[in-house]
Amino acid sequence: MILFVVILALLAAGVVAWASERLSKDAPRLVSIMAFGAGLVWSAALWLDGADANGLYAAMDWPWIARFGIHLALEMDGLSLLMVALTMFLGIVAVVSSWDEIEAAHGFFQFNILWVMAGVVGVFTAMDLLLFFFFWEVMLIPMYLLIAIWGHEEKAYASMKFFLFTQISGLLMLFAILALVYVHHGATGEITFSYKALLDAEIDPRIAIWLMLGFFVAFATKLPSVPVHTWLPDAHTQAPTAGSVILAGILLKTGAYGIIRFAVPLFPEASADFAIWAMLLGTVSILYGGAMAFSQSDFKRLVAYSSIAHMGFILLGVYAFNELGMQGAIVTMVAHGFSTAALFMMAGAIQQRLHTREMGQMGGLWKHAPRMGTMTLFFVIASVGMPGLGNFVGEFLALLGAFQENWVMAVVATAGIVVAAVYGLYLMQRSFQGTPNPDVASMRDFGLREMSVMAAMMAGLVWVGVYPQHVLELSNATIQTLGILP
Amino acid sequence: MSAAEVWALAPYLALAGGIALLLLAVAALRSHRLAFWGAIATLAIPLAFVPTVLGGGTQIVDTVLEIDGYALFFFVLFSLAAIATAVLSARYLGSRATHRQEFYLLLTTATLGAAVTAGASHFATFLMGLEVLSISLYAMIAYPEEGHPPLEAAAKYLVLSGAASSTMLFGMALIYAASGSLAFEAAGDIAAGEHNVLVLGQAMLLVGVFFKLSLVPFHMWTPDVYQGAPAPVTGFVATVSKGAVFAVLLRYAIDADLLSSPAVGIVVAVIAVLSMVVGNILALLQTNLKRLLAYSSIAHLGYLMIALVVAGTAAGQALGVESGLFYVAGYFLMTLAAFGVITVLSNETEDADQISGYDGLLWRRPVVAAVLAAAALALAGIPLTVGFFAKFYLVAAGVGNAAWGLVWALIVGSAIGIYYYLRIVFAMTKRPDDDRPEGGRRVPWEGFVTVALLGLLIILLGLHPSPFIEFVRELGGP
Repeated sequence: MILFVVILALLAAGVVAWASERLSKDAPRLVSIMAFGAGLVWSAALWLDGADANGLYAAMDWPWIARFGIHLALEMDGLSLLMVALTMFLGIVAVVSSWDEIEAAHGFFQFNILWVMAGVVGVFTAMDLLLFFFFWEVMLIPMYLLIAIWGHEEKAYASMKFFLFTQISGLLMLFAILALVYVHHGATGEITFSYKALLDAEIDPRIAIWLMLGFFVAFATKLPSVPVHTWLPDAHTQAPTAGSVILAGILLKTGAYGIIRFAVPLFPEASADFAIWAMLLGTVSILYGGAMAFSQSDFKRLVAYSSIAHMGFILLGVYAFNELGMQGAIVTMVAHGFSTAALFMMAGAIQQRLHTREMGQMGGLWKHAPRMGTMTLFFVIASVGMPGLGNFVGEFLALLGAFQENWVMAVVATAGIVVAAVYGLYLMQRSFQGTPNPDVASMRDFGLREMSVMAAMMAGLVWVGVYPQHVLELSNATIQTLGILP
Repeated sequence: MSAAEVWALAPYLALAGGIALLLLAVAALRSHRLAFWGAIATLAIPLAFVPTVLGGGTQIVDTVLEIDGYALFFFVLFSLAAIATAVLSARYLGSRATHRQEFYLLLTTATLGAAVTAGASHFATFLMGLEVLSISLYAMIAYPEEGHPPLEAAAKYLVLSGAASSTMLFGMALIYAASGSLAFEAAGDIAAGEHNVLVLGQAMLLVGVFFKLSLVPFHMWTPDVYQGAPAPVTGFVATVSKGAVFAVLLRYAIDADLLSSPAVGIVVAVIAVLSMVVGNILALLQTNLKRLLAYSSIAHLGYLMIALVVAGTAAGQALGVESGLFYVAGYFLMTLAAFGVITVLSNETEDADQISGYDGLLWRRPVVAAVLAAAALALAGIPLTVGFFAKFYLVAAGVGNAAWGLVWALIVGSAIGIYYYLRIVFAMTKRPDDDRPEGGRRVPWEGFVTVALLGLLIILLGLHPSPFIEFVRELGGP
């Protein structure tokens, strides 16, 4: 019940934010911040309160469309809680990161942010396949609008590409869901979309592999993995800063979440057969993303490609089919949420100040904005995989897990970390260090507002990096109940 | 004819009686207000009889009309669509015609024709209802006095629709020759000896029906007629006239066991797939919103054929009919909303049918733009709108009966469709680059209320379709 209320509250906050535009231009974002702040406090309270005997923090199950056995079933276990808390936190970051960037239609902007996040919370908690698909699509339209309305010069192309990729792969998933339900109906005579009921479905292995691929393609597109990644550099680069933060921080994680929650547990045998290919895709993504990131001259595009590389570790970890790999994937999801959101926020702040994303027109920015420089350095180092920070824990565990399964790929993927160091330092070098660009006379440094958000993200990374036990405990509870490990 | 049969006819009689009164009233007193409210009353009063007639169960009136839940469902749907069309047309036609009174007469007659068609269980009522509908439509399309396009559209529709009707009539004659009866059911239990004549007759009948439904390759007239016809009338043609033909086709298919012949099944499936693919691909190229919606309607009728194919099998009959009814209702809402928005944005002389004219609409008229966005997303089948569950129902029916090819075509068609529906949404979200003059007149309030209601229903049925699904299930099939 409470989960449904939270989703409705976010939707309602969106409407309130839109309406409050009449009061002042600050009102909508204050509404947003309060909504996400309340959500963050609520998830922290759930966490401190602890799970019930089944490992659940909250659950509900109402009938929705009786004709097809579709339920409004929402559940929150450790993984869901982790993701929902991250969503709420990055919601605040997104609002702050676009504080000065948005010049018009503040109300509608916040409306879209809140509605994306409502859809995301639904995705992370849905326990009915159709409901999951429903939320999967709910988050799509507001995200599309964020890019299409407030995006940069190529927004029409980028937003359309984003929508088409997600929607078409989503249709494949819908088809797979329906076929799965049909197969289950044929075996038991019961029409249901319930996740738990379908977990037990007996599927002919020849069909299972195709259905699994239907899910996998949708999630791999969202993640994204090579070769269905091409929407990402465009969408991230063209989106307004808040859009990039949400896309990289949260929406990519819905793909990873989908693989962990649905694609693998629903089709364990098919997934095991497919694991080697998924790991290969992960490895290719790591190397390809890294190489592409290195060859970019656009700050934001570089960070976008680095996301593809980081997401490769998730594929590698999950499909290693062991506890270490799975844990690594989940920690990477959280850590990447912090570090990439921070880097996108930085890219947005620079573009706001210099009106360019080209690193050729930067250089020596540290002189003007030492606080921004320090922050960039911190998050670049984090994303490179410095021990003691969250990304290291995640990627290390994922590689460790992958090594046990297939050492060749783990070794090749490790080279990706070296590549990451190269493009990360290159980014730092070209923008903040080196000869100061004479065209840049001055640049406003970060103020208190930006710094406090950055500090919170730093704290998050250090927390996950130094004491990953909290995250591991939460995710482990889920991994054990999914029952996918041998 | 028993008293129960006469009572079952009450909604139809009330509608026909209302039309007669309206005719007299218009002849005696040329008042737009009287004609308008007369038409609304004529369309609304018969609805009051529907619940009791529905409670009385199925009545077959003299073998020609089968008044059951199915027929009454369409009766209500057509009446409501006609009321929306009347409300939208009132001001739209004000600047385009000196006298608007006869328009309401035509509109009510067309509704009666459509309602009779949906209840037909006999070729006599089938043809009569369809012709009453079509002949009223010719005049409705050509109603505006100024300008060339409506006349051209009406002439085109008249010639081609007439040709289709005669093909259909020939088909009926052949079926009669084979079965010896004009009742739909007679063709179902035909002896194998006269098989060829029957198949030929059914093929000719289907050609006519497919023409009226504008399925590929009988779709050529659709874009021109949609574009030339006045916007509210286009909405009416796209919904009521197609809904009526679909209703009677589905009933005929079930009564006459049409799809038991494998050849017919293959033809219907091929035409459905062609319509989905060709309709969606040609819609990609349009810059005129009315033409775009014309091609999109071709694709949608193609999707709807899944319901027909599933309903034609013994196992899937109930599910097929259900999904068909749900889809038709959803399609009515989305299409009427889209044409409603075009109508309320049109100025005194020209229709607002260029997509470029919708640039930045969201910032000028947020509610109207939101309705059009909801309609476009519903047509694309995006969740939160009725269009999603409508498509979901069809896919579920198709998957349940292992009609994999059709389901795949629907998915591919929807994937192509997203692009052009999103173009409409994208155009509306464009920020105005300069202070352009506030184009167009004020949106009339009654049109505004109508489209807002339609938009609300699109969302409402997209969030909580369960009550409506249960309602449709209880109606039962033809």
